[in-house]
Amino acid sequence: MTTALRDRAAIVGIGQTEFSKHSGRSELQLACEAVKAALDDAGLSPADVDGLTTFTMDSNDEIEVARAVGIGDLTFFSRVPYGGGAAIGVLQQAVMAVATGVAETVVVYRAFNERSGRRYSAGISEGIVTADLIHWSWYLPFGLLTPASWVAMFAQRYMHETGCTSRDLAQVAVSTRKHAINNPAAFFHGVPLTIDEHQASRWIAEPLRLFDCCQESDGGCAQVVTTLERARDLERRGAVIRGIGQAAAADQENMTSFYRPDITFLPEMDLVAKQVYEMSGLGPDDVDAAILYDAFTPIVLWQLESFGFCGRGEGKDFIRDGALELGGRLPCNTHGGQLSEAYIHGMNGVNEGVRLIRGTSVNQPAKHDHVLVTAGVGVPTSGMILGKLD
Amino acid sequence: MDKPELEATLRGFVGRETGPPVEGPDPVNEVMIRHWCEAMGDANPVYTDRDAAAASVHGGLVAPPTMLQAWSMRGLAMADLRQQQDETHSDQQLALHELLTQAGFPSVVATNSEQGYTRYLRPGDRVISHTVVEAISGEKATALGIGYFLDTRTIFRDPAGDELGWMTFRVLKFKPHAQPAAAAPDPAAAPAKPRRLRPPLGHDNQWWWDGIAAGELRIQRCRDCGTLRHPPRPMCGRCQSIAWDWVVSRGAGAIHSYVVLHHPPVPGYEVPLPVVLVDLDEGTRLVANLAGRKPAEIRIGMRVQARIEAMDEEMKLPVFHPAESGS
Ligand SMILES: [Zn+2]
Repeated sequence: MTTALRDRAAIVGIGQTEFSKHSGRSELQLACEAVKAALDDAGLSPADVDGLTTFTMDSNDEIEVARAVGIGDLTFFSRVPYGGGAAIGVLQQAVMAVATGVAETVVVYRAFNERSGRRYSAGISEGIVTADLIHWSWYLPFGLLTPASWVAMFAQRYMHETGCTSRDLAQVAVSTRKHAINNPAAFFHGVPLTIDEHQASRWIAEPLRLFDCCQESDGGCAQVVTTLERARDLERRGAVIRGIGQAAAADQENMTSFYRPDITFLPEMDLVAKQVYEMSGLGPDDVDAAILYDAFTPIVLWQLESFGFCGRGEGKDFIRDGALELGGRLPCNTHGGQLSEAYIHGMNGVNEGVRLIRGTSVNQPAKHDHVLVTAGVGVPTSGMILGKLD
Repeated sequence: MDKPELEATLRGFVGRETGPPVEGPDPVNEVMIRHWCEAMGDANPVYTDRDAAAASVHGGLVAPPTMLQAWSMRGLAMADLRQQQDETHSDQQLALHELLTQAGFPSVVATNSEQGYTRYLRPGDRVISHTVVEAISGEKATALGIGYFLDTRTIFRDPAGDELGWMTFRVLKFKPHAQPAAAAPDPAAAPAKPRRLRPPLGHDNQWWWDGIAAGELRIQRCRDCGTLRHPPRPMCGRCQSIAWDWVVSRGAGAIHSYVVLHHPPVPGYEVPLPVVLVDLDEGTRLVANLAGRKPAEIRIGMRVQARIEAMDEEMKLPVFHPAESGS
């Protein structure tokens, strides 16, 4: 197990646009605004940037962003596939570039008009032409077209085996909403949610209800990654990346890994957990808060199990009594998560992870030495543990 | 013509002009501009109002840039091009389409076009277009069927040779998944019901869907180690053999998991729609719909039996039903 990337780079700047249902401007403009905000936050200028990385799904070319923002020469650019699974993968790219000297300061970004433009909930359609087209032939004619429907297939079996109920899933949504209430940037700022309201919400794909699903959103996010040497010269405190990893596990499909013997856990997230714990030398007991990718409620439970906060199938027991809330065992998604802040493919969660380390979250836990941040679930994915810059 | 031969011939077209330059039959003129603006609902006075245009940055009337291609189109004569070409000149684009039609790719659909404009055109300008076959893809599996993308680039120039603008045009020349029904459509018939989405087809799954069309639920089998695999893949993950055949499944199994779809509604599908993940008795899993049970009656572990049923006049799908008792 390599520890070559441990404590080699820090996130020194975070930026984001407002989150909305209709941005009214181009995805490129959202990307530029987020990148500029992240550089301002870091106290760096566009001329300091020599690397850019983003999602393969992002429509904003590196050179378009560079030219628009006034970033000059680039010596590093790369992309990471599999939707939200890339959220930490792009940071791993940045850390590798910085650690090897390929680049000194890398900006990662993601910006889209996912609500007002092409909506993922519209599902896969006949029009798409991609390399994984044949993959969809096994689902498309049967109507299994949306991310909610794919996650629901795993959730049904998980609930059958563990006794987890829709009310347990509601607990995830309610805990997260409690954080969004305090966050002015969140869609659900000031809007509480009760278990009963969750239970009364309509079915999307049984066993998932409306409030088990995230908010489709327009917006952009960006982070600035650089060496620890440079990070120490900057005025604002950065967050050190203690451990980081990507993973695709055996028999992986993109959202539809239905053919593994056991479909009630996430082998790829287990593999992320193994890497970030081994690299950082930390364990679940060292983690003070977490940003767990929450496009849908059940995936939070599966990640709690993958990262060893509880045993297999015990997610529903772990989250009782407010464990995921401020003051609980593991304050989680303190920005309101993708369920209640906005869905920016996990990148808004990365920004919140940095805020937690800096001590600037609107829902700031008292102890915040180490924060776990994860990326997309059900896809080849990634994760990291952030710590304080000494 | 086999595939390597076809593709070599196709490559020979790349870089060729599709034919001699084409000069538009009429110079840029106010009448056609006015017709265009009325049809498009474009009220910008710089196109149609001489006084307003004279006072604008243009200093006089200009044509809408998007008319660029219109000035060099051959008009109704295009319809007779196929006859003309034998007598006058060889049109490479037609030859290319004919070649692909002969090779079993009869259908064509325009997929995208882009234009760029170098300067505004004014009444009296003449437009001459030169079109080159810019690129031809390899064989692609698309949602419509297997085919080839053909890209052309047209440069529009004035008689002095100065560039006025350009246009790229991409078409897909393809073999459609299913042949249209032989009977002529009845014009009095009600509009067609929305149909279920078609499976995208390619080398690695066409044979499985051919099986469904023939009433067989097939499972891919490695010919070297005998491992069954679904969804199909070109290589055996256990022994790396690329030799495979299939067995025909009995279609019997038990529900491993399921979902009931409610939202969003998709044309061609009725909700609530149960989708089941079934452990087939042969050992592989299969996703399909379940009929004959209300959503609340579905249980994990329930025994089911697949039948292959027609969804519409063209497509069949496997559908699971509750198994007869005792099976
Ligand atoms: Zn084999």
